[in-house]
Amino acid sequence: MQEINEKYEPLIVAFCCNWCSYAGADLAGSSRLSYPANVKIIRVPCSCRVNPMFILKAFQRGADGVILCGCHPGDCHYTTGNYYARRRMTMLFDMLDYLGIERERTRVEWVSAAEGNRFAAVMNDFAAKINELGENKRLEDLRCKN
Amino acid sequence: MQELENLMIKKAVELLDGGVVDRVIGWKKGEFYYDNTPATFYKKEELNDFVYNGFCGANLSKYLVAESKKGGKVLVFLKPCDTYSFNQLLTEKRIDRDKVYTVGIECRGHLNIESIRARGIEGVVGLEEKGDEVTVKTLYGDAKLKRGEVMLEKCLSCKTKKFAHNACDETIVLHEMPEEDPNKRFSMVIELEKMTPDERFAFWKSQLSKCIRCNACRNVCPACTCFKCVFDNPDSGIAAKANDDRFEEKLFHIIRSFHVAGRCTDCGECSRVCPQNIPLHLLNRKYIKDINELYGEYQAGAEAGSRAPLVDFREEDINPGENLKEGK
Ligand code: SF4
Ligand code: SF4
Ligand code: SF4
Repeated sequence: MQEINEKYEPLIVAFCCNWCSYAGADLAGSSRLSYPANVKIIRVPCSCRVNPMFILKAFQRGADGVILCGCHPGDCHYTTGNYYARRRMTMLFDMLDYLGIERERTRVEWVSAAEGNRFAAVMNDFAAKINELGENKRLEDLRCKN
Repeated sequence: MQELENLMIKKAVELLDGGVVDRVIGWKKGEFYYDNTPATFYKKEELNDFVYNGFCGANLSKYLVAESKKGGKVLVFLKPCDTYSFNQLLTEKRIDRDKVYTVGIECRGHLNIESIRARGIEGVVGLEEKGDEVTVKTLYGDAKLKRGEVMLEKCLSCKTKKFAHNACDETIVLHEMPEEDPNKRFSMVIELEKMTPDERFAFWKSQLSKCIRCNACRNVCPACTCFKCVFDNPDSGIAAKANDDRFEEKLFHIIRSFHVAGRCTDCGECSRVCPQNIPLHLLNRKYIKDINELYGEYQAGAEAGSRAPLVDFREEDINPGENLKEGK
């Protein structure tokens, strides 16, 4: 099932919470730190807003890697949102691994508004990993491909 | 079993006559001897069709969601595993406790007609049960079997035969029920965890791609009582089977099992009703096992009103994926 796609450009979806990680991405930008252009950021009010279905949907629609970024535990704008997100994502990632899907394709990172550097580093690292893994085959949906 | 059935009918008549309840949910004889189906009985004459034998695997608790919306009070018979579903439904406020009278009943494990047929036994017309000895009567003579050889998967891996806390108004138990080991049901999950990702992917692809998306597993599930289910939403992209040659069925299965994670009591109904014999319990039990290991032992439905692990947290919880380091 490993078909080589010559034109492979990884597509990465990054869900970022409004209060910490999105601001962190902003800081990375205004500090002129570079991170791959194929990271598409989706701003969400809180990491807890991310329903596991969003992650599956991103893969279904062609993402090769999905990363969720939120405030560090204890720093959530809504006090506890990221704690719930943490359990949910732990369970989802366990299940994806159980089904035999490459576990490096999904990741959760805590990035604060002051961590522009960290944001860029995380994205660079994740993009490199996804590049290595190649195209997402196991979670794709042919209906969404052209 | 006959004795148990008689006592159940007697109890139903007594409660109907006494005006305590005005209807009874139980099992009714079906078209064939082995397809007893859940049914509501309104008059005591109708109880002639009431049946309780080794072919009553169905869990009646979910019917109470609809019954709770009606007036009057309903009597329901619950096997030990069904009492966990009942408590879970109370936790989720889907059942009005005051409108239900619950009677817990003895269970020694229910039979799987497919396992019986697989032994070349056809034309089943009767059953005689003495503890673990089961005599299947057929058009062509009797066949003696051990109950454990032909039980439903859910009964083979029964987690406990103790009724859930406070679930029963009363119980009818004639013989002491065996002690069960709640961890034996995880053996196959552990086997799968030991495989490589490629082997697991191949296993699940072979299993899940059999799915015909009949939604029976969702319809029967006592944890699936949403007024509007995602799988009924045509815009969700996962509402029906798609003509996709690369195994899109997994999306449905990840979502279904995730939706019941932490709330699934492991009643085993989903696997029982699946016409394709997909081992759905292996998905549900993966979540149960991981929750037990990561967040502490938890049995959904053991205690009505308990807080499910996925709507709870501890500051020291691990980060996602941390438990999936290399080598696992
Ligand atoms: S009952 Fe079986 S075939 Fe039907 S939707 Fe569920 S898994 Fe698929
Ligand atoms: S998912 Fe299956 S085992 Fe769990 S509660 Fe629902 S029907 Fe029962
Ligand atoms: S599958 Fe999900 S949305 Fe549908 S009834 Fe079950 S829990 Fe509700």
